[in-house]
Amino acid sequence: MRALTWHGTNDVRVDTHPDPEIMNPRDIILKVTSTAICGSDLHLYDGVIPGMKSGDILGHEFMGEVVETGSKSTLRKGQRVVVPFTISCGQCFFCQHEQFSACDNSNPVEKQDASEKLYGHAVGGIFGYSHLTGGYAGGQAEYVRVPFSDVGPIVVPEGMDDDKVLFLSDILPTGWMAAENAQIEPGDTVAVWGAGPVGLFAVQSAVIMGAEQVICIDHHPHRLELAKKLGAKIINFQETHVREALMEMTGGIGPDAVIDAVGMEAHGFVVDNVLDLVKQKISPGADRGHALRQALLACRKGGRVSVPGVYGGMLDKWPLGAMMEKGLQIRGGQTHMQKYTKDLLRRVEEGEIDTTFLISHRLPLEEAPTGYKNFHDKQNEWTKVVLKPGMTT
Amino acid sequence: MAQAQDDAPKRAQRDDKEGDLAIVGRSVTIARPRNELFAFWRDFTNLPTFMEAIESIQMTGENRAVWTVRAPAGQQVTMETELAGVVENETIGWHSVGGSQIRTAGMVTFTDAPAGRGTVVSAQIAYEPPAGDIGRLVAKLFMAEPNIQARHELKRFKMLMETGEIATSAYHKTNDGEQ
Repeated sequence: MRALTWHGTNDVRVDTHPDPEIMNPRDIILKVTSTAICGSDLHLYDGVIPGMKSGDILGHEFMGEVVETGSKSTLRKGQRVVVPFTISCGQCFFCQHEQFSACDNSNPVEKQDASEKLYGHAVGGIFGYSHLTGGYAGGQAEYVRVPFSDVGPIVVPEGMDDDKVLFLSDILPTGWMAAENAQIEPGDTVAVWGAGPVGLFAVQSAVIMGAEQVICIDHHPHRLELAKKLGAKIINFQETHVREALMEMTGGIGPDAVIDAVGMEAHGFVVDNVLDLVKQKISPGADRGHALRQALLACRKGGRVSVPGVYGGMLDKWPLGAMMEKGLQIRGGQTHMQKYTKDLLRRVEEGEIDTTFLISHRLPLEEAPTGYKNFHDKQNEWTKVVLKPGMTT
Repeated sequence: MAQAQDDAPKRAQRDDKEGDLAIVGRSVTIARPRNELFAFWRDFTNLPTFMEAIESIQMTGENRAVWTVRAPAGQQVTMETELAGVVENETIGWHSVGGSQIRTAGMVTFTDAPAGRGTVVSAQIAYEPPAGDIGRLVAKLFMAEPNIQARHELKRFKMLMETGEIATSAYHKTNDGEQ
């Protein structure tokens, strides 16, 4: 089969690999019909996530048709499913408590040592996202093996296009959980850093959850325009002093909740960021976190901090004093996908949430490297790339 | 003034030696009932399904078993153990018998986890740090990192008992999970 393969920093290619096979009883093999490039794939592209190996197949946002089933799978051949990016067994303590992304049993044992050492506990499995999270082959491919198929995949209702449901694989539930972690109350102002896919879905979710005011911060005019259409007020950090603006837009109080939908590769030419960038160039595993620092300083006293943006390692100059002295609550984590997918599918079906506005480009799988390059270099216009393995070049 | 007794298990203490034996071990909580886990472990012929270093275990008597340990280039190392201190649904102990190539003793305990969380399974292995030719071979393959080995085996046991399978990221049968 053909698959988008990581070879090193800013070097991805479509290569030929063996077709996947059923390895465990609960597996399925999926023929991929649509797969998206995620903002977090750009962290892999930039080589800032540790635990990557040349030859790894990327992709954790994908859907398709079931073509093979293991003996214990509950799916049938021919069914169309969307696959959550996190792999969950459904039976461990964490899955039983709806903390699906913390699954104890999806990251292969021999791969758990690295995260156990780095984070204190082994993390769950994720498709196509380094060997820290299992070294699973991803879905930017013609075919992909999906373990625990009785727990993760969502069967797509008849007649719903791929583009309408594809983002149930990651960014829609991730944006939703980001807003849920902001614990929105009536009258709240929620500030969202980053008008990328997750930030935009966090904006949409915060509006649905009843925020009085949602303010989105970015520097790409087109992306800010999309945020505005979803009901957010916008701040372009290249034109405006962010903290001062947030204070003025909240009657001198500051946002009740802040969401960092930027993560470890924050932009901006400020001292802390430049120092972080130098560190990141020297070693993967160093995080660049200007957005998170700014969010912590901007958040009102006793406010809530939600962190859906990806961080993989260590962050210096973390204003811990702001957390303590202002009494902030911080919540983060990879998305507990299976907790949200059913409800969000209903909202998409009923037309309450639209996700298709985000897609700027649809490309054949063979053109995936072009997709990566432009999603990386032309963020203003390339808001979301969907790869279609079946599309002819 | 007498110092209060530390509650941590021996394997977590800075002095983790018991005489000339080294102690390693690990605890896992498994969301399954105690009797089920005990019964699976009690049948030693089940152990190779989750202990990767063990090729096979053959019962040579009601309480005796011969363990065949995987080694490279088709080599094998064997050890014979005898059960000792089996308490139904609570404890399974074993130790190597005289003449065995490896001197070791192991014990696994099963206790109820709080609030219906399942069973805490703790394994503790005492072993003689290997010496000599065979010792070096064993050290390299089986006991180089006994702590890691114990941790991996217990996690595989947990996976098998909770999910019915052992997770792998290999995506085809000639792949080793490294892609």
